[in-house]
Parts: sequence; structure tokens; C-alpha cells
Amino acid sequence: MGFVDVLTSIPQTAAEPERLTVVPARHPWRWVATAVALVLVAQLAHGLITNPGWDWATFAGYFFEKSVMQALLVTLELTFLGALLGFLGGLVLAPMRLSKNRVLQSVSWTYIWVFRSVPLIVQLLFWANLGYLYETLQIGIPFGPGFFHFETKSLVSSFGAALLGLALHEAAYAAEIVRSGIVSVDQRQLEAAAALGIPRLRQFRRILLPQAMRAILPTAANELVNLLKSTSVVYVLAIGEIFYQVQVVYGRTGRVVPLLMVATVWYVILTAVLSVFQHYVERHFNRGWRR
Amino acid sequence: MIEIRGVHKSFGHLEVLKGIDLTVAAGSVTVILGPSGSGKSTLLRVINHLEKVDRGHVRVEGELIGYRQVGTKLYELRERQILEQRRDIGFVFQTFNLFPHLTAVQNVTEAMRGPREAVQRKALELLDRVGLADKAASYPRQLSGGQQQRVAIARALALDPKLVLFDEPTSALDPELVGEVLDVMRDLAKAGTTMIVVTHEIGFAREVADTIVFLDEGRLVEQGTPAEVLDSPKHDRTRAFLSKVLV
Ligand SMILES: Nc1ncnc2c1ncn2[C@@H]1O[C@H](COP(=O)(O)OP(=O)(O)OP(=O)(O)O)[C@@H](O)[C@H]1O
Ligand SMILES: [Mg+2]
Repeated sequence: MGFVDVLTSIPQTAAEPERLTVVPARHPWRWVATAVALVLVAQLAHGLITNPGWDWATFAGYFFEKSVMQALLVTLELTFLGALLGFLGGLVLAPMRLSKNRVLQSVSWTYIWVFRSVPLIVQLLFWANLGYLYETLQIGIPFGPGFFHFETKSLVSSFGAALLGLALHEAAYAAEIVRSGIVSVDQRQLEAAAALGIPRLRQFRRILLPQAMRAILPTAANELVNLLKSTSVVYVLAIGEIFYQVQVVYGRTGRVVPLLMVATVWYVILTAVLSVFQHYVERHFNRGWRR
Repeated sequence: MIEIRGVHKSFGHLEVLKGIDLTVAAGSVTVILGPSGSGKSTLLRVINHLEKVDRGHVRVEGELIGYRQVGTKLYELRERQILEQRRDIGFVFQTFNLFPHLTAVQNVTEAMRGPREAVQRKALELLDRVGLADKAASYPRQLSGGQQQRVAIARALALDPKLVLFDEPTSALDPELVGEVLDVMRDLAKAGTTMIVVTHEIGFAREVADTIVFLDEGRLVEQGTPAEVLDSPKHDRTRAFLSKVLV
């Protein structure tokens, strides 16, 4: 067939496109994979239901039990306050690290370095033993006279120590998350804002941060889920969050597996709630990017 | 009136502006021509103090930009005060730089002050003036390049500036969208807006400019009416440049 034939043959088909029928591609391996997956899921479910070791009756008995509910509340408190304080810290540390001032830069850099290096559990034990290091704390002129004195032990309860540890730890991570969001914003945006004479703080709040949020949110949500689980570490300070509480119960009753499942299922549920929340928050900050 | 006197600016060892003197009358349109890298953008950025000068100064209607004079010394203003001064100087960027998370009308109102309703009304009027009344609620991404640049112009006008600077406002646009932006600028010029425009649109320059200046390697080598500069350039540099852009 010559070139001319090809050219003349095109209009024939192009003239009657309604004659052409679309046949979707076949995916036989998809069916195989689906079947395998279904069998595996069925086996797992069967094992969960029939194996008496899971002891679902005990699980059900403790799932909404009062002490468990209270402990769940403590977990939520630690997560919420830890995230709040942590991200407030991050909102201060990230701009410091990006500032032109060398001193602010180094302070922020050092903070992030130290608090990311020290394992959370080690840090928590340090804060709980603060009273051993400094018996009293005072507010006053640095290196000068003090005006207010506190007994460290009365000021820093074990809950306070746990929260302090989580928040300080979280701030280091949040700082990096916020920083990555800030640097992802086109510098010309700030230039446009500066050319309009928008005050510095307003530039940050109204122009930079909303755009940075797009990059911040997915990683921040990840970090929040991480924090939710990290709250279980504070059991070392004997704080009645959910992991500590189920340990107390199985220490008494000996039913380890169903009680671990109580904590596990609650963590899974809370993570699901966070994911739904994340979806809506991300959608809010993506406005203007969707067509 | 805008007075630029003895402005020098270097980036490291590279001297980009080598003593610029230029006076722009209120209500006039000045077009800056010049080859790439000649310092056109830098000069515009110096005028609203996005770039600090090494020597010289800029005055807009008598007000020293970026500095306060005490005797023979110039003290740099604090950032707040500089930001305040910039409200008198609109800037339109080559790449529009609209705020993508805000709608067209929110972009225009962002820097405005005053009662909410008055601000809103004025912003809508400005959008109407650039022919985009129906796009007030659109996000920048939903607009064509020409429409985005017209929103950016409305935004620059929102603070009633004494002067509007344009840095190659049509260079990032598809050819068929250039006209709509130039039309808006032409209307502004007719309405008596003081404008300094960097552009390669010679036709626009000829028609709208009161003064054309030619910048080359950081110096203003030639300055005059469009007829003088475009039709009978005195300098070889200007002639060489024009022969390239006027093909
Ligand atoms: N922030 C900066 N740091 C270092 N060098 C710079 C900076 N900004 C501009 N320059 C240099 O200064 C010179 C003039 O730049 P400018 O952007 O003013 O040129 P221009 O005339 O606007 O060119 P164009 O037509 O390509 O936009 C160029 O050599 C450029 O590389
Ligand atoms: Mg330029």
C-alpha cells in the first residue's frame, strides 16, 4: 500500500465514527489475584472467629469498660495537646530555621537535632526525673534574682512530664514538616505580597501558610497518627492511658491477648477518624488547585 | 513625579545599574527598552525597594523610597515603613504571581483596607474595569493567562497607587492573549495613570508611551519620544537592538 492509499483510506473511517464499538481490555490476572485475596481474607476471618485464644467475650466485656474509657480519654488528651503544642512549637522553630539571623538559625537547628536524636522513652524518663536534677524552679531575671519559686515535683506532675516530653519531641518533627511546607511555596508569592505592602506577619498567615498547608497536611497527618501511637510509650511513667490501662487489667486477669486487642482496635478506630478528618481538611486547603 | 537619581546597584561583583538618572512626569507613560540582562527588571525593583540600591535614590512625589534623609545621610527605613511606601507603587509581574488559594476578587482585596463592603465594591469595580466582572469568584487556575494578568493589574490598582510598574506583563502570554492585556494598559494610560513599563511590544510603546528610554548594560543610553527613539535612534546600541526587535 502506497502513501497515497493510506491518506485516502483515513477519511473513510473518520467519517463514520459512530460505527466503531469500544471493547474494553481483558484482565484475566486480576480475577486470579482477586480470588487469591478473597481466600486469604476468609482464612484470616475464620481463624479470628474460631480460635478460642482470641477470647472475644472478654474483649467485648472490656471494650467499653469504664476504666478503659477513661484511659482512652487520657490517650486522646495526650495526642491532642501534644500535637497542638508540638505544632505551635514547629510554627516557631521552622521560620527561625529559615530566618536570616544566624543565631536563630542555629538555635532552631540544634533544637531539632537534639530532640530528634533522643528516643522519646529516654526523654520521658528525663522529664519525670526533673525534680531530681532541679528541686526548685524560679521565674526571674536570667542569672539574677528570682521572683517566683516552685517545687519542681509539684509543678511537673507525671502527666505534665509526659505531655512536656511528647510536645518537645513533636515540635522537632513538626518544625521540619512546617519547613518543608514553607520552602515548597514559590518565592514569588512573597515577593508579590511584599510589593503589595502586606505586613510581614500577615504575609505569613494569609499567603505563605495556606499554600504551605498543601504540602504540610499529608505529612502532618502521618505524624499525628504516629503521635497517637507514641502516647503508648508514656506507660513508663505509669500514666493511665489506654495501653497502660489494658496492661493493668491483664496483669490482674491474665487475659493478655483480648486486652491487647481492646487497645489495638481503639487505636485503629482513632486512626480512621483522623483519616476522615484529614480528608476534609486537605480538601479545604486544596481549593484553588482543583479545576 | 518620579525622580531616579544616580542609582547604582551591584550583585556581588556584577554591576547591574551603573548610575541611572530618570525623571517620570505624573500621568505619563515611560517604556523601558533594552536587551536581556541590561538591568530593566532590576531598575523596576529598585523603584519599589524590592532591591536595595548601593548608591543614589528614588523619590515618588517627593517621598524618598526606602530611606529617611537626615542632613546628608540616608537612613534605611524599617520594613514596616517600606511596606507602607510600597502601597503607593503598584507592581505587575511577568508571571502574574496571583495568590492561587484566593479567588480573583480576594486577590484584589487582600491588601486593601477599610470597611468590608466598600472594599468589596471597589474590587468588583476594578475587575469590571479590566473586563472580568464575571470571573470574580474564579480561582487563578481557572483563568487563562491573559485573564490572570488582568486580575493582577486590578490587584495592583486596588491601593490607588501613584505609580504602576509593569515588568514584561505580556511576555509569558500566548500571542493571542497579548492584545487583551495591552488594551487594559492602554485604557489605564488614557485615564492618566503614571506607568513605567518594561516591554518588548514596540507597537504598544510607539502608540502609548510619552517617553521611551533605552537601557543597555546598566546605563540609560538614549531617551526621548517614541518618534525620536524608534525612528531616528542616535546610538549604535539602540539601532542594533531595534533592528533585532523590529523585524
Ligand atoms: N538576585 C540576583 N542575584 C544575582 N544576579 C542578579 C540578580 N538579579 C539579577 N541579576 C543579574 O543582573 C543582570 C540584570 O538582570 P535583570 O533581571 O535586571 O535584566 P533584564 O534587563 O530584566 O533582563 P530580561 O529582559 O532577561 O528580563 C543579569 O545579568 C542578571 O543575571
Ligand atoms: Mg527582566
